[in-house]
Amino acid sequence: MLRVENLHSGYGRIQALHGVDIEVAAGEIVALIGANGAGKTTLLMTICGNPRATAGRVLLDDQDVTRLPMHRIARLGLAHCPEGRRIFPRMSVLENLRMGAVVADPAHFADDLERVLELFPRLKERLDQRGGTLSGGEQQMLAIGRALMSRPRALLLDEPSLGLAPLVVRHIFDLIARINREQNVTVFLVEQNAYHALKLAHRGHVMVNGRVTLSGTGAELLANPEIRAHYLEGGVAQ
Amino acid sequence: MAAAGSRMDLRRALADALVGGFVAAALAFPMLGFRLEDSSTGLSLGLRMGWVAAAAAVVFAGRLALTLLAGTRRPRSGPLERLGERFAGTRHWAGWAMIGLAAVLPFLPFADRNLVDKATMVLIYVMLGWGLNIVVGLAGLLDLGFVAFYAVGAYSYAILSETFGLSFWVCLPLAGLFAAGFGLALGFPVLRLRGDYLAIVTLGFGEIIRVILQNWVDVTNGPNGISGIDRPTLFGLSFSAMAPEGQPTFADFFGIDYSAEHRVTFLYFIILAMALLTNLFTLRIRRLPVGRAWEALREDEIACRSLGLNPTTVKLSAFATGAMFAGFAGSFFATRQGFISPESFTFIESAVILAIVVLGGMGSQIGVVLAALLLVGLPEWFRELQQYRMLAFGGAMVLIMLWRPSGLLASRSPTISLGAAK
Repeated sequence: MLRVENLHSGYGRIQALHGVDIEVAAGEIVALIGANGAGKTTLLMTICGNPRATAGRVLLDDQDVTRLPMHRIARLGLAHCPEGRRIFPRMSVLENLRMGAVVADPAHFADDLERVLELFPRLKERLDQRGGTLSGGEQQMLAIGRALMSRPRALLLDEPSLGLAPLVVRHIFDLIARINREQNVTVFLVEQNAYHALKLAHRGHVMVNGRVTLSGTGAELLANPEIRAHYLEGGVAQ
Repeated sequence: MAAAGSRMDLRRALADALVGGFVAAALAFPMLGFRLEDSSTGLSLGLRMGWVAAAAAVVFAGRLALTLLAGTRRPRSGPLERLGERFAGTRHWAGWAMIGLAAVLPFLPFADRNLVDKATMVLIYVMLGWGLNIVVGLAGLLDLGFVAFYAVGAYSYAILSETFGLSFWVCLPLAGLFAAGFGLALGFPVLRLRGDYLAIVTLGFGEIIRVILQNWVDVTNGPNGISGIDRPTLFGLSFSAMAPEGQPTFADFFGIDYSAEHRVTFLYFIILAMALLTNLFTLRIRRLPVGRAWEALREDEIACRSLGLNPTTVKLSAFATGAMFAGFAGSFFATRQGFISPESFTFIESAVILAIVVLGGMGSQIGVVLAALLLVGLPEWFRELQQYRMLAFGGAMVLIMLWRPSGLLASRSPTISLGAAK
């Protein structure tokens, strides 16, 4: 459903992506792992339209969205949880969720709210609390919940494990699996936490310096000695 | 150890205060130090070193006291802070009490024409503050040229009424529309700018409007301004001593003696109603998707775009809405004064309105009222202080920024609660 073809992108004169090809089929979880500065976030942001690709194409259900502005792409059923969660700190949890539904039909707001709160019971207890007063894990839940309020077909997640305790990370990844399975949402995940990401994903890609260097199923990549050496030294002990 | 630490603090505080005193002396020397003396032999230049020394000593002592005081207590437990917290609980009640007081003010025994007049002035700024609060407080766009829309509203009314003989009540919505149109026209090219850059461009726009008003003599009558602007009527009843061509005046119609105070009171109630409408509008729109989008945009623009909001439309709507209320206030200003000139729409007006919003606590509606009372009301009442007025004003600003750096009443209440959602 999402296809990236020979994508080049960057910031000003600094090129960050040198021809990336990735395909995400409907219903899949695909993970992209890589070190700091490999271009993972740039890829995700370029798919969302900011920065614009300098060459190549982004296809969403065979529709070319490469030249569309960011908010138009978001309206096509592609929900994006940006890096660092970016919830609205001074607005309440409920207001944050309402903002997530801003492009959705208000008629099914109540249903969507119930669906999201069932997935994240912790948010239900904190509906009137300000977003900024939530813990890191709760903020991540809020960011994902907010993205789900628009009934997306695909969810783009940028480092959902960022700054979270290991136990909370495991919980968040369980929830991502549930969202994919129960609500039939396609997930494209960018992560530094390679172990969790590859364990969750159906397929994975490894990115180095703006190029995809390795691809395979999650299990294959987890078993790959090169990946174990580079990305899993600490994480594999779990 | 503790004694050594406090000695260090004291030394640092002394050094800091000395620097302050030195700066004060350097500033005071040219401003206070020289004096022209008129004697029998003609003018001569005298020195007043005593004044310079006094200014430096006052700044030195004040700076030292502030540093030492700030060292002994945490800034959050100040008396004003506690007052603000206590006030937060009763804010709803306090709002209604203020509206009640405002509604009966002209009928109170101590209310003379002078007081009602000043209250009208304060209310104009309250309304402007609430209008700008939409742009700055809710949408987070720093607008330093708000007075431009105020001017557009005032001149729209003056010119429409002079050229086409339209009444105040017809021109009021038109003036608001014109101002909103100017807001859109200005906003479209500049809203892609952010923060400081937006502030600079809006500042420039405010000045451009004033310069146009000053130089487009054919339309605006230039620096001479427009005089004899029509006064508003109450359903066709005028408030003048003698009505033209047999129409009844307000005093005739109700069979009471003519008094100039009627018009002052009438104007007061018009601006009170207009200001309350502005407030009501803001309170309502915060609960609607548009208003919530403004606030979300202030919080995080990237997140808004990733949720499918077009930031340009959202910003433009906030800009135009704020401008519209400035236009309403401007046409009221024109009808109240009966005379407008570019002099009334200088940058300092924008600065005062922005100061009202920031001082009140961005986004706080009651805060705007308190700040308007403080910034517009107090200087009016303390006119007797003459040139020391601005000194007191500056001192008050410094104190407020020390004690309440985020505004008098800075807290934002959620617009929806769990009960309202279901």
